[in-house]
Amino acid sequence: MKYKTYTKQFILLLILVVILFFLNISFGSVSIPFKAIFAILFGDESIKESWQTIIINFRLPKAITAILVGSGLSISGLLMQTLFRNPLAGPFVLGISSGASLGVALLILGTSIFGGFSYLINSNWSIAIASSLGSFIVLSGVIFAANKVRNTMSILIIGLMFGSFTASIISVLSYFSEAQQIQQYVFWSFGSLGNLSWDEISIFIFIYLIGFAGVFAIIKPLNSFLLGEKYAKSLGINIKKSRIIILIITSLLTGVITAFSGPIAFVGLAVPHITKLIFTTSNHKTLIPATAITGAIVLLICDIIAQLPTSEFTLPINAITSLFGAPIVIWLLIRKKKLYI
Amino acid sequence: MSKTRKHIVIETNNLTIGYQQKKANKVIAFDVSLLIEKGKLVALIGENGIGKSTLIRTISKVQNQLSGKIFLKGKDLTTYTNKELSTNLSLVLTEKLPESQLTVFELIALGRQPYTNWVDSLSETDVQKINNAMQLTEVLHLQSHRFYELSDGQLQRVLIARALAQDTDVVILDEPTAHLDMHHTFKIFQLLKKLVATTQKTIIISTHQINLALEIVDDLIIMKSNEVISGDKKELLTQNKLQNLFPEEILTFNKQIQQFVINRNE
Repeated sequence: MKYKTYTKQFILLLILVVILFFLNISFGSVSIPFKAIFAILFGDESIKESWQTIIINFRLPKAITAILVGSGLSISGLLMQTLFRNPLAGPFVLGISSGASLGVALLILGTSIFGGFSYLINSNWSIAIASSLGSFIVLSGVIFAANKVRNTMSILIIGLMFGSFTASIISVLSYFSEAQQIQQYVFWSFGSLGNLSWDEISIFIFIYLIGFAGVFAIIKPLNSFLLGEKYAKSLGINIKKSRIIILIITSLLTGVITAFSGPIAFVGLAVPHITKLIFTTSNHKTLIPATAITGAIVLLICDIIAQLPTSEFTLPINAITSLFGAPIVIWLLIRKKKLYI
Repeated sequence: MSKTRKHIVIETNNLTIGYQQKKANKVIAFDVSLLIEKGKLVALIGENGIGKSTLIRTISKVQNQLSGKIFLKGKDLTTYTNKELSTNLSLVLTEKLPESQLTVFELIALGRQPYTNWVDSLSETDVQKINNAMQLTEVLHLQSHRFYELSDGQLQRVLIARALAQDTDVVILDEPTAHLDMHHTFKIFQLLKKLVATTQKTIIISTHQINLALEIVDDLIIMKSNEVISGDKKELLTQNKLQNLFPEEILTFNKQIQQFVINRNE
């Protein structure tokens, strides 16, 4: 006997990603026939120019962002759940997304109060760095606390406290900020998958790939963590090193995602559990790619819903993920009675 | 005595165990001198709170000693890397496993981690060792079950199989029969005895099943507040080392039947 491979599930989900990707691109306020979309994607330049612009510069980047955000947040959630051996862990619950928000808030709102660095606001690198730093600092705080208190329940509560702590700092900052900055921050916090230029997408992909490559390097430690840290150590795993790598990957992924698309709730918590329902394994060699694909699917669907097909309005993506994420988590708990790491 | 040095797997010199604290170190036991031979089933006995778990954690390098030396297969334990130690010493712990979806096979396969590649793929040898471990512990039929579906007795066998799959000369078990009834306790002891005989591994268990241990094991490590000693069971018994293991008012060691018995005040 060897490990199960789940080839069938992987193929089905990948097909689903492709279908949803095209559906995602075909929906929007301007209706463009399927045929034209295919033609544009395959480089046919005889199609109407306005359609080409919409597809190439708006819808394609948005669909790619949806895939990056969905898979990245879901992987972060999976890493947190395994590291803390707690099924309720996730970038949002542990305050890591809030940390990223704080970083961005300090940048956008802080500059209006303290002045000086206003040129930084418009640089996307600085938002990415600020939010990664913010998530890194909060995650380090949570890990530091986790080393002091062994009880996982306490760790989650500490994470929640970090979350509300950063939220209140943001409130204080916005109280003293100017309306324009507040508006800029609020729009950012609604979350959005669109509005990214190809330059920004390439920054996004670059950082994402670093994080993603790192994840595959820690499959072994992640698997050993399933037995607890004492067993992991007795299997020759360097606990401290693995923990730091997980910390860096999670803050990098959560940080860059939050920077470019705002704080997006529930994906990181819910998707790993949906994945574990489909792939009934705890082996990270399977779970990591599976979670990434499922995350991409979930966000592509959420984004299609957010566009309200055939209407001119687009809802904030953050509202959609919570609107669907919260009931899914409740349903999972009621139906399965139990969640696994 | 015929104790040639190369048969000794664990040896300690002037070992002091305990916890490092900011002001003064908390000493749990001092002058611990152990000499444990290859291919023996060794029981670590002593009353609650005497420091059995601390001793186990120290000789398995989960925590550091306060002073003194520990030698594993002739080499100073502090010079072992985690990786190197993982191919020489394996553990079965009492603490509850995190709630994952691991199957019995996957759980036992984790024992192969010191030998697998960076993505944790199993080679032919790995699969063979895992199957062998499952056969020896008689859990083959459980391999596709989830570990949380198992009874305590089955889970204990699976954890032992995981340690066997790790393929180490020394296996240390912390109270493997803590949650088991008499029947299953006996079966675990029997299994360990069989494993020592068939694999020539050294197996050390801490246990409160002293009467059973006295019948089955080869060697003893006796922990009392004034001394910690190890040695051949029969030799230690002739030296009366089991007297005063517990406060004498309730239990006394009966030399004739070589068991602890309850005092009858008549």
